Amino acid sequence: MSTETLPLSELETALPTTLFRFATAGSVDDGKSTLVGRLLHDSKAILADQLDAVARTSADRGFGGAGATGTQAIDLALLTDGLRAEREQGITIDVAYRYFATDQRSFILADCPGHVQYTKNTVTGASTADAVVVLIDARKGVLEQTRRHLSVLQLLRVAHVIVAVNKIDLVDFSESVFREIQADVQQVARELGIGSAELGTADHIDDLLVIPVSALDGDNVVERSARTPWYDGPALLEVLETLPAADEIDTQLESFRFPVQLVIRPQGALAPDAVAGGLDVEAYRDYRAYAGQITEGSVNVGDSVSVLTPGQAPRTTTVKGIDFAGSSLEEASAPQSVAIRLADEFDVARGDTIAAAGTVRESSADVYAALCWLSPKPLREGAKVLVKHGTRTVQALVRNVSGKLDLASFKLEPASSLELNDIGHAQLRLAAPLPLENYLHHRRTGAFLVIDPLDGNTLAAGLVKDHPGDHEDERYSI
Amino acid sequence: MSTFLTEEPTQVTDAAISTRLSSLDTLESEAIHIIREVVAEFEKPALLFSGGKDSVVMLHLATKAFWPGKVPFPVLHVDTGHNFPEVIDFRDRTVERLGLKLVVGSVQEFIDRGELAERADGTRNPLQTVPLLDAIQQNKFDAVFGGGRRDEDKARAKERILSLRDEFGQWDPRNQRPELWNLYNGRHTVGQHVRAFPISNWTELDIWRYIERENIELPGLYYAHDREVFARDGMWRAVGEVSQPLPHEEVIIKTVRYRTVGDMSCTGAVESAAATVSDVVIEVAASTITERGATRADDRISEAAMEDRKKDGYF
Repeated sequence: MSTETLPLSELETALPTTLFRFATAGSVDDGKSTLVGRLLHDSKAILADQLDAVARTSADRGFGGAGATGTQAIDLALLTDGLRAEREQGITIDVAYRYFATDQRSFILADCPGHVQYTKNTVTGASTADAVVVLIDARKGVLEQTRRHLSVLQLLRVAHVIVAVNKIDLVDFSESVFREIQADVQQVARELGIGSAELGTADHIDDLLVIPVSALDGDNVVERSARTPWYDGPALLEVLETLPAADEIDTQLESFRFPVQLVIRPQGALAPDAVAGGLDVEAYRDYRAYAGQITEGSVNVGDSVSVLTPGQAPRTTTVKGIDFAGSSLEEASAPQSVAIRLADEFDVARGDTIAAAGTVRESSADVYAALCWLSPKPLREGAKVLVKHGTRTVQALVRNVSGKLDLASFKLEPASSLELNDIGHAQLRLAAPLPLENYLHHRRTGAFLVIDPLDGNTLAAGLVKDHPGDHEDERYSI
Repeated sequence: MSTFLTEEPTQVTDAAISTRLSSLDTLESEAIHIIREVVAEFEKPALLFSGGKDSVVMLHLATKAFWPGKVPFPVLHVDTGHNFPEVIDFRDRTVERLGLKLVVGSVQEFIDRGELAERADGTRNPLQTVPLLDAIQQNKFDAVFGGGRRDEDKARAKERILSLRDEFGQWDPRNQRPELWNLYNGRHTVGQHVRAFPISNWTELDIWRYIERENIELPGLYYAHDREVFARDGMWRAVGEVSQPLPHEEVIIKTVRYRTVGDMSCTGAVESAAATVSDVVIEVAASTITERGATRADDRISEAAMEDRKKDGYF
């Protein structure tokens, strides 16, 4: 009835300054929901009424047995169950998003279920993640599923992968069990090219940490555990609090990219509140700016930029102004949403891209790409689809499927169609050229959706590759 | 595809390296990107606007997204007929200030026409679905912005930012499109529409910190004030025309505020001395109860109350 308050001394008084997005991936029964519940519980993101509801349900189901106390009496996995069908079947169906904060960071957690549709869910969760936590059951070690997860993460070039070896309590906190799993993980990582320094930092998953944890008891989740004295690394949350986010890495390496969402040209229709606030109506009569979100890099007023319009040669001009809701900025960087004014009065429209001058290759109507097939409707050669890239959607023809990845062996095998959860390579012919870039270097402008023109459903996630035979891609088997 | 101008990164200044947006700036940019995408790709969007804090933040984001232009869509309010008068007043002033068109779907009119029946418990929140879908259909809205957040409820935690609704306005949680990168797929067939939730990734605390930072005006009942209340269902309920105490329910004056603003017949107040936005930020940061758990009778009906209502076409 009244809002209970904690003593002020326990309050996080400092604002969390930055946002960090991560996803979890695991196999069935490796305790992923419990780990997520543990992170939320121990970071105090679970409020009293939620905990009460979970405690009641846990007791109804006899969780923890007679005499269990504290979090041992609570099925932490219930904290993350969302839908009625999930509670009834005791499984997680869909990606769920969770939120918690420490005094370092605000976290967005995409909780990706590990059963049947693991590729679909992992691809979805990992597409926006700065880091992914992969769970392994200490009693089972590296499974085929683990290899599949790691290869999907490598394909998507997730910046950081953390492997949590869970249920370490059930192997008596054995160092030798952990070391064996750690060695297996590192072997898979080497085969995949994860964490291999020679590849250069932009091309691969930066690092791969292996941590022994017990989600059930909390060892090495939030606090380092005294029960794993042989492990001298950080607890999981410490890692999440200190890893650089993807846009921190990207800003240093990549060039400015700005897909135009729409043109802001109010003419007479200025916002009444802005006018009431003293906006100079005459000065804004001919206002024209291009609205969008910077996908990579940064831009300064005065920078030389190219406007890329499909089917036209790039046009070069300079940035005259960067506006955001009444403020004029000197510079802006990903992922800011802004409105950009250009020095020349070009005809620029939605679907065009503004990029740092001289950094973008020519638009092309022929695409070679890895496709993560996410629909129960299979892909056949000759299919007509829609491709959504940046702010433009065009028709496309699937010319051929050149192979399907065996995720366990990381080899491309012959195939002429792709089914749900398959990852394959295909060649597409677009009805209009697009400024597609290699996904290895450009995680946003190298990505696209394949959409079913009949019902509008998303069929696949596309990652642009260089054509086979063209240099660097051959370093990777996937 | 074979011609490269160059793949060299551009010069990076020290300033660019050190730039890291605050979490509020990141959330704001994400929301504005989504609002602009929907406006660019749909024929006729509208924004659900109740005068509640989340919808007020949504409207504020929309003004920033299109500055110096006007917000290019109307606002839609589903009026239960049991609203707090000060919230209706706030709604009308806001619409006037921003020069917007207001579309109202009225629960009362449906009840008067016999197309909806009053519930035994008197709450009208679940009755909003029919007028909402009717307004969407009558006005041919193909996208409707909502201020729903994923931290509010277990069912919302699984809903997409662009959420497809069928001809009956129903949400099918088991058949949702994967949402990848920042590429939002809003394609729909005739009769279907899309609900768009640009502030999906915001928490209640983010909302309050943003209100504080941006100096956004809210209806006064979000801040501590003295009010005649009585205790029911473990909440403080305001005394009003549609919210009368039963003989055994004692009316007292308490200093309260509201954490959510919904239908007067099912929204409770919390005891609070938080009279300013910064007081509220501190209170929310320290709170140990969720906003819906604390103040919404309609969400106490069952563990799956929100899921069931959403499947039927609710917000």
